[in-house]
Amino acid sequence: MTIIFFLIAASTTVAVIFLAAFVWAMRTGQYDDDHSPAVRILGDAPLKATITKTTSTESPLQ
Amino acid sequence: MMQRFQYDNKIVNAFLMATIIFGIVGMLVGLIAALQMIIPWMNAAEWFTFGRLRPLHTNAVIFAFVGNGIFAGVYYSLQRLLKARMFSDGLSWLHFWGWQLIIVSAAITLPLGITSGKEYAELEWPIDIAITLIWVVFGINMFGTIIKRRERHLYVAIWFYIATWVTVAMLHIVNSMAMPVSLFKGYSMYAGVQDALVQWWYGHNAVAFFLTTPYLGLMYYFMPKAANRPVYSYKLSIIHFWALIFIYIWAGPHHLLYTSLPEWTQTLGIVFSIMLIAPSWGGMLNGLLTLRGAWDRVREDPVLKFMVVAVTAYGMSTLEGPLMSTKILNSISHFTDWTIAHVHVGGLGWNGFLTFGIIYWMLPRLFGTKLYSVKLANVHFWIGTLGIVFYAIPLYFAGFTQSLMWKQFTPDGYLVYKNFLDTLLQIKYAYWLRALGGTLYLSGALVMVYNVIMTVRAGKLIVNEDAEAPALDKAEVITDGGYWHRWIERRPVQMLVVSFVLVAIGGAIEMVPTFLIKSNVPTIASVKPYTPLELHGRDMYIREGCYTCHSQMIRPFRSETVRYGEYSKAGEFVYDHPFQWGSKRTGPDLAREGGKRPDSWHYYHMYDPTSTSDGSLMPPYRAMYTNLIPLDIIPAKIRAMQNLGVPYAEGFDELAVGDLQQQAAGIAANLKENGIDADPNTEIIALIAYLQRLGTDISRDAGASTVGQVNP
Repeated sequence: MTIIFFLIAASTTVAVIFLAAFVWAMRTGQYDDDHSPAVRILGDAPLKATITKTTSTESPLQ
Repeated sequence: MMQRFQYDNKIVNAFLMATIIFGIVGMLVGLIAALQMIIPWMNAAEWFTFGRLRPLHTNAVIFAFVGNGIFAGVYYSLQRLLKARMFSDGLSWLHFWGWQLIIVSAAITLPLGITSGKEYAELEWPIDIAITLIWVVFGINMFGTIIKRRERHLYVAIWFYIATWVTVAMLHIVNSMAMPVSLFKGYSMYAGVQDALVQWWYGHNAVAFFLTTPYLGLMYYFMPKAANRPVYSYKLSIIHFWALIFIYIWAGPHHLLYTSLPEWTQTLGIVFSIMLIAPSWGGMLNGLLTLRGAWDRVREDPVLKFMVVAVTAYGMSTLEGPLMSTKILNSISHFTDWTIAHVHVGGLGWNGFLTFGIIYWMLPRLFGTKLYSVKLANVHFWIGTLGIVFYAIPLYFAGFTQSLMWKQFTPDGYLVYKNFLDTLLQIKYAYWLRALGGTLYLSGALVMVYNVIMTVRAGKLIVNEDAEAPALDKAEVITDGGYWHRWIERRPVQMLVVSFVLVAIGGAIEMVPTFLIKSNVPTIASVKPYTPLELHGRDMYIREGCYTCHSQMIRPFRSETVRYGEYSKAGEFVYDHPFQWGSKRTGPDLAREGGKRPDSWHYYHMYDPTSTSDGSLMPPYRAMYTNLIPLDIIPAKIRAMQNLGVPYAEGFDELAVGDLQQQAAGIAANLKENGIDADPNTEIIALIAYLQRLGTDISRDAGASTVGQVNP
């Protein structure tokens, strides 16, 4: 069952990579603002649409 | 300063169309496989049996349908979230065509029986290498885009994509390690219980990091977009992400409860599985609550309908999964159709419906038009939902029924249903209903195809979509970073990507064989390597996908030891490259099949299963009666096994063919005594040799040798 140690090592390696990414995210202020990113993604309407003042919020389904 | 640039919609459209095409193909193959389980004559050809089409179905829906769906959604959302075109158009198209080529090669090799015999990782080693290379291309393209982004903040969806890439790379490489015999044949580097652990560590995490995390990323982008509302709690989404990825990877052993896997490993898997409920449900609720105040729109908008059912299905599967990981429920659900129902709630509901929702949302935007028919999209939604219901509920009944029948004893302590077939025929009705559910679901998808074609005709693909955004102020990034940040920043991420893969491959090649060989020393002295004939028979067992219906793992329950014999021990599988424990019993367990029935029974049974078992649903395997055993490859097989540490005597590869022919002649002579004139060079002889060997080792004296075996 020595394979379990290999799997634990592999899983831990990935976990450490994620931990480093988490530390990076915290230190560079990725999570300083936990409100505006959620709103910001809604605003990237096609360029032409914003110029012609078409409301970007309207679904093409309607 | 504002910069003008263009989003690449052409690549998104290509992946989207591939998603639709391979979705239909994957579902159709699934429906055929479902029908093959109830209509044996539908196993119409050697390459068209359930055992060969089932891996094709799972690979097609996971890697072709969901895979292309991931790429379509990632390529669309990543560009917009990062305010940047993909890093390289060349890499985008290399990724696209490379992936489709892999799918086509899978569609050719799997029906031909070219398979590694490990569930959801059936593709042989050359295709595995191709997958690794294309995955690296995808990684460079994604990380390159992240580097040249114009938006400093990485939206939560992007984190899910990153985690997907990193983890799938590792899982795929570790689990696919194999010793090549020829271009089309390799043996898993691991054996028996260790192979099982690696395989389900991969299998579980393939569900986690291929079917779940990328789709959660898509949910966090497309659901707020479709509802035109920010996600309910962005903070919760961040917690969801980090909690999920740190817990998910440890839950794999829950696929091996009550098996020969050490107890503490099983318990570890259970504990982490239960813990998974918290982040999963946090994410599920976050998705549903995004629609707060917008439920009136769910009534009208089919996109939101699809997404609501998808997220609900995610919630159901992620509660059901941990519950099935508890020992009490697992003892009932494992090896039954309950598992099949569970995965299809996830597959049809979560992955399928989220994909459909995204297609209906994205397509009109790519083509600068409106959806051809909202009404038809609603029709698709309702047929699809009915399809899921008709698929899952009968199989839940089937799973419970069959499991309880297996465990039923008379007051005198005998099995009530001694004949396994009785328990299968009891639930045949559920298989019909399941096929009906699948037909409904596929019909809904075909309605979508029509809707897509008409929408595409009405519009024109906006190949490059204009966008503008201010450039990212690099100076600002560097000032707030510490040592580690500067260290990361200075090196191109592409280097990280490539080096991670190289380190993973190198590490595995270097370390794995050394400690595997050591621990492959048999713990049960009487367990011996397979004879060349048995080894070839085993490869045929793998080729025909017998493991898709038969397990080789007797759990330590009285109901199983009475029915099948002594429960399975870890030491019995030390020469099994790959392990063949299976995960579903449509037919009986075969771990102790050896010596239970005469050779002649197997000879008749494989030719026409109903001749020995009335009403059997097993396909016939007539080609084995004319196909000859390819003797030229036998020495290479022995050498590959020797390289993996199987203790055949030095130089045995040269003697292997002689040994094989001697044992085959013995079986043919035995058949002759029963009035069967069999050619000892045909494949059926090898399969009989393997089946008669199964599970017999522990009842033999430690010193005795198997037929024709050169003792190491």
